[in-house]
Amino acid sequence: MSDTIQLPRWIDVGVLPLMNLVLAFLISGLVVMAIGEDPTEVVRIMLYGAFGYEEAVGYTLYYTTNFVFTGLAFAVAFHAGLFNIGVEGQAYIGGLGVTLAALYLNWIPAPLMPVVSILAAALFGAAWAYIPAYLQARRGSHVVITTIMFNFIASSLMVYLLVNVLRPQGSMTPESAAIDENLTLPYIHDMAGWFGFDMASSPLNFSFVYAIACCVLVWLFIWHTRWGYAIRTVGANAAAATFAGIEPGRYIILAMMISGGLGGFMALNEVMGVQHRLLIDFTAGYGFVGIAVALMGRNHPFGIFLSALLFGMLYQGGAELSFEIPTITNDMVVVIQGLVILCTGALEHMFRPRVTRIYTAWRLRQRAQEAA
Amino acid sequence: MDNFQMVVLLLDATMRTSTPLILAALAGMFSERAGTINLALEGMMLGGAFSAACVAYYTDSHWLGLGAAVLTTMALSLLHGFACITHKGNQVVSGMAINILMSGLTALVGIALFAQGGKTPALDHDARFQPITLPGADAVANVPVLGSLYSELISGHNILVYVAFLAVPASWWVLYRTRFGLRLRAVGENPGAVDTAGISVVAMRYRSVLCSGFLVGISGAYLSTAQGASFLQDMTAGKGYIALAAMVFGKWRPFPAMFACILFGFLDAAATRLQGVSLPGIGEVPVQLVQALPYILTVILLAGFIGRAVAPKSLGRPYVKER
Repeated sequence: MSDTIQLPRWIDVGVLPLMNLVLAFLISGLVVMAIGEDPTEVVRIMLYGAFGYEEAVGYTLYYTTNFVFTGLAFAVAFHAGLFNIGVEGQAYIGGLGVTLAALYLNWIPAPLMPVVSILAAALFGAAWAYIPAYLQARRGSHVVITTIMFNFIASSLMVYLLVNVLRPQGSMTPESAAIDENLTLPYIHDMAGWFGFDMASSPLNFSFVYAIACCVLVWLFIWHTRWGYAIRTVGANAAAATFAGIEPGRYIILAMMISGGLGGFMALNEVMGVQHRLLIDFTAGYGFVGIAVALMGRNHPFGIFLSALLFGMLYQGGAELSFEIPTITNDMVVVIQGLVILCTGALEHMFRPRVTRIYTAWRLRQRAQEAA
Repeated sequence: MDNFQMVVLLLDATMRTSTPLILAALAGMFSERAGTINLALEGMMLGGAFSAACVAYYTDSHWLGLGAAVLTTMALSLLHGFACITHKGNQVVSGMAINILMSGLTALVGIALFAQGGKTPALDHDARFQPITLPGADAVANVPVLGSLYSELISGHNILVYVAFLAVPASWWVLYRTRFGLRLRAVGENPGAVDTAGISVVAMRYRSVLCSGFLVGISGAYLSTAQGASFLQDMTAGKGYIALAAMVFGKWRPFPAMFACILFGFLDAAATRLQGVSLPGIGEVPVQLVQALPYILTVILLAGFIGRAVAPKSLGRPYVKER
């Protein structure tokens, strides 16, 4: 068996993830059959719900935006060898920053406000990631455990703030005051209208454009800057990085803060783009799904965009599904999510030995033929 | 109600809230002491609670419910082992996947079976674990202080509460006084050495996750058939993570972990009592702060401010046999 051949890249980043994904969908199909529904019908409804009409596409891309941000957030930390489970909390606190900026910095001229919101989201998200990062880099506490704890602390903090501090007088619901209308991000259908195009209205807003820009920026940062190189070196081998004169602690903190900042951007889409106020639990698990998005996209911005699109489709298709088939609720989407994370993340190496064996046998035969 | 009575009631509530935490924390310990991170506690607990409630409802037997819960969680821990031990997958990802999967699956199947929005129907008397009156509890109930301590605090819980508190010395004995425990700890510290001694690392780790599944199953059954009377969607509400925090707080040792669980359980019970209460000298304590305390304390401990918590050395590292 020592005569194995390195798998080519297209199998590694294409075929293997696809096989894992197919496995996840097959098991999901079995779950659907187990509760007595027809899987092909479910697929048909989901595809129609995600892409069947113009409004649906808008919703799909709106969900995609959230997943792009949380996926990128997770990936940047992962390149430094860190497992940032805290994107959920960082996005939540990012929302606090965005809301505070919109409510208390509204004397800043409106055209500048998108920039201020972006900065506030990044600053608050990064600050929330800084503490676990510092503790990991300087005191050796494990970032996985601390970020989990920080998610819960963020959740308690936000409940406290929304119930006792930010809730407008006379209101009973724990949510912040509404953000001034001319400080919110424009909807894509409105933007299309400025150029004379007619589009169905959907929650899709400017932050989708910003999400794509972030993909490009993260790609440039990770593969084309000195800092990105240092982060990848630390992630690949912290000891080797130290010998090369790269101090791991610094780059662990840097990577985590960028990660937290990107997580905070999710709040732009939700708070500034759609809800126009800070709601309890507006992050709704997008931070955790970001782990799946990044793992499936092999931590590359382009891959992340594709898998974010897949999850956006699942979310919007799933909403349609619960509308059409009463026995299947949104929980089906959660099940599919879990299976996708399990198959593409935890079981990512399951098919590798077999595929390697088949590929090796094929190559060896080819070589023998060439020699003959 | 006098202060003494109030303290007794608070401690009584603490015992009930810390029971599922203790079982789950011990479960986490068995798996992590052998080197497998178990973030799946939350999901396993949820799965156990759901199958316990379902089976107890259909068979009208809480024992069958408990059995179903244990079988479910052991199956889930085999899945976790399959991903982490056999295929050397990422253990954190596997744990998260099981949590998300069980959160969706229990709700989905619950709705398909009972059509009550993810709940199971309320359980009858026989389908639930009932409080046990310990011998002599009624007789001494009127004796001041000690009598009421015995009859209120010690007596009158269901059997799973006693199981949880007995599981602590039992786990200690297994981990530190048996050959199995010695090997299990060794696999978590230095799997290479264990392998050299001719013991299968893979088999040991599978056994450890099965122990983990067994204990967390009881914890799940407790939630839906002893403490509560039905399964509610996402009823674990972070208890799996709290148990994990307690295990870290207890430095991966049975007795300190139990005390951490009691502390966290006490905070939980106190948070309910403190709602809107103004304490002398401090003023009104935000309930959210009390609820967040276990997490804050764990972070502080991990940062090394209250002693050092040293995890098993090979925790999170799949074992690769050298060729």
